Amino acid sequence: MAATVVNPTRMELTRLKGKLRTAQRGHKLLKDKRDELMKQFLDVVRELRALRAQVEEELMRVHSSFTVASALMSGPAMEQALMYPKQSVELSMTFHNVMSVNVPEYHYQTRTDDAGDIFPYGFAATSGELDAAVAALGEAFQSMLKLAETEKTMQLMAEEIEKTRRRVNALEYVVIPDTQESIRYITMKLDENDRATTTRLMKVKDMILKQSLEEKREATAKALEEFGK
Amino acid sequence: MADYRIAVMGDKDSVLGFKALGLDVYPVDTLDDARHTLHRIAREDYAIIYVTEQLAAQMEAEINRYKDALTPAIILIPGKEGTLGLGMANIKKAVERAVGADIL
Repeated sequence: MAATVVNPTRMELTRLKGKLRTAQRGHKLLKDKRDELMKQFLDVVRELRALRAQVEEELMRVHSSFTVASALMSGPAMEQALMYPKQSVELSMTFHNVMSVNVPEYHYQTRTDDAGDIFPYGFAATSGELDAAVAALGEAFQSMLKLAETEKTMQLMAEEIEKTRRRVNALEYVVIPDTQESIRYITMKLDENDRATTTRLMKVKDMILKQSLEEKREATAKALEEFGK
Repeated sequence: MADYRIAVMGDKDSVLGFKALGLDVYPVDTLDDARHTLHRIAREDYAIIYVTEQLAAQMEAEINRYKDALTPAIILIPGKEGTLGLGMANIKKAVERAVGADIL
């Protein structure tokens, strides 16, 4: 049942037909978009799950090395060793477009290029375990950046898919049926009007014919009477 | 192309090491502190904020606020007590949100 009352006019009918065409075209396009987004989304999710498992495992190793290091060194000493980082990371971000979703791409630049040159402390005062922990963290960081990129991509795509899915459903189950119903209503109403007009005309014609017949008959009767005199 | 920074939030022992890599470290002790810090640094030019799962478990609402924004990307990492499986659970949640059902 159409939610709104429509005027059963030809103009309205033309307008609704145009609306229906647009809605059907939009529905088809959005459906295609949803399907393609979904396909790419699932690829991203698969990649993300593997990446996350890897990062979590690497970080757990890092944490355990740090725990060992902190057991061998005093808390303040360790803090002091790590307090002034030698390395710094500069991150720049570009966006690329995946099916109208802007997803970030991170590019990072470290201040020192040498991966072995990240230790911000002298080796004399610190334990070797700390070196191992920092080195492991440096390695894990690469995957962590990739993880951040992939996870954000997945979140943004999930949002877009949800939006697209709702639009597709709204068009499919609300807009298109409603418009079709309105069109049917107007068509029927217009046909009904046509039939009403036709019958009215037939009736009028009948009446006119009857009248003229009567007039003729009267004229004949009059003529006969005059003739008979 | 603007330059962005990377932040790490969590309990002190879990995040200390990241300092050596040149990331900005925000050790937080209390939950209130964590909430304020998160909102404050989210407004700054951070592209990625890593939060330990232990902390994230207590401030889910705050983190969800930034889910649909382009920056910052808030990424959960396991703290030193190990993983709570929250990161994986979030992937599952996102899939459910997108597809409408859990298909994995």
